[in-house]
Amino acid sequence: MRRLATTLLSLAAFLVAWKLLTAVMGTPDYILPAPEVVAERAVRAIGSGLLWEHTAVTLSEILLGLAVGAATAIAVGVALGKSVVIERVLSPYIVAAQSVPILALAPLLDIWFGGGLLARVLICALIVFFPIAIATMVGIRSADPLLVEMFRSLGATQGQLTARLEIPSALPVIFGGLRVGVTLAVIGAVVAEWAGASSGLGVLINIANQGLFDTPLMFVALVTLAVIGIGLHGLVVSVERRLILRP
Amino acid sequence: MTIEARTARAAAGLPVRLEAITVRFLAASGQVEALRDLSLDIPAGSLTVVIGPNGSGKSTLLRLIAGLLRPADGQVVIGEGTGPRAGDGRVGLAFQQPRLVPWLTILDNVALPLTLAGTSTEEARPRAQASLDRVGLADAGGLRPSQLSGGMAQRAGLARALITDPPILLLDEPFSALDALTREAFDGELQRLWMDRPRTVVMVTHSVGEAVRMADRIVVMTARPGRVAQVIPVDLPRPRPATLASDPAAASVDAAVRAVLAEVHPPELTPWLDR
Repeated sequence: MRRLATTLLSLAAFLVAWKLLTAVMGTPDYILPAPEVVAERAVRAIGSGLLWEHTAVTLSEILLGLAVGAATAIAVGVALGKSVVIERVLSPYIVAAQSVPILALAPLLDIWFGGGLLARVLICALIVFFPIAIATMVGIRSADPLLVEMFRSLGATQGQLTARLEIPSALPVIFGGLRVGVTLAVIGAVVAEWAGASSGLGVLINIANQGLFDTPLMFVALVTLAVIGIGLHGLVVSVERRLILRP
Repeated sequence: MTIEARTARAAAGLPVRLEAITVRFLAASGQVEALRDLSLDIPAGSLTVVIGPNGSGKSTLLRLIAGLLRPADGQVVIGEGTGPRAGDGRVGLAFQQPRLVPWLTILDNVALPLTLAGTSTEEARPRAQASLDRVGLADAGGLRPSQLSGGMAQRAGLARALITDPPILLLDEPFSALDALTREAFDGELQRLWMDRPRTVVMVTHSVGEAVRMADRIVVMTARPGRVAQVIPVDLPRPRPATLASDPAAASVDAAVRAVLAEVHPPELTPWLDR
């Protein structure tokens, strides 16, 4: 209850500061619209179904990209963590893929994979992959060597060791990677849409900003993206709380 | 053979024979010989205590019998001629630290040897409870390891080692982290457990007093590379009380063990002695 009050209070303070800024500076709506202007634009965008149409597209890209990216990242991270040879062979490519700007890669991936949902999910998965894979690798290696020896003394197979000791030991670190991953997934989806898409919140931002000069609508799209990010992050945190035992 | 069939022979324990064992480790400083040409017969149902200076390979000896380590030379024979194999249910191992899995309940920690061997949880839990009863932790099954005291955690580790009712029980300084009084009490309980249900026990310790209180035979090891310096039989009636040290027969065993230990101690550890 108190936590909710703190959150609402900080939100109110943010809105007041925003309102004061626009009032004092007297900025026109096409540079920095006041909060109530954005709110009014949001109501219209929701009413016409425009916002939901684009949000649904982006949200499905984010969720699919996150699922594909996180699943591969955890599998690859386990392999990296368990084998120094695999780490030596794969890690230059993984680091290279992460170092190349996704903005430059996105148009290429869009062409290679036919410019549809598949291409956008892959771009999103790619940007999500790195933090989760690295976190999983580090987490797997953090398993207590004394417990590893205890499992060995009981004749545990490699599979049992991974499933029942190493992955559970790695969970707190993996969740750290997932928290970074969900926010990157939102960026990934927008970047993917900019590389070539006809709908989605990224497309809406472009249309509002460059086509219609409707800055309030652009802010509506930005706020929606932020809400998606906060929501997903909160979801990860609550699953983490349920799953991980704090001493 | 199933884990059940193997443990059916537990009644009087199994003998262990170590034949001309040499163990080498690759350490940062190069190759280290932990054990050299060590031979030792451990009779079925005996309570053997291994004592020796630091680095004499006492824990290495237990790891060999547990099948966690292969010797560079020589062989370990358990029972009628088979080598050790980790997880086959013939050997229970309790470590110096309790080594409990922090996210499992005590009950599930104790059940681990069974569930890893493929027994269902429903079948394993009642047996884990029985094992907890035996070590005096009947009510702790639902707790997590972080909620236990050091002594309780060590008991849980012992319950886990005993759950398959193994014919051989290996104890690697199991009570060394506990205070002296608790330790004496635990030694007494362990002795009683062993008298109720005899099995081959090999226990590593640093304490001469504990060795004399517990052992049928005390194996004194040399400094690295470890070998058997002497096997000293302890022929004292059981159950032995915590006040054993005042008994003249016990005192003479104590003195004999200390004499051998003084001989095998590496000279660089006693620079202040006259040469």
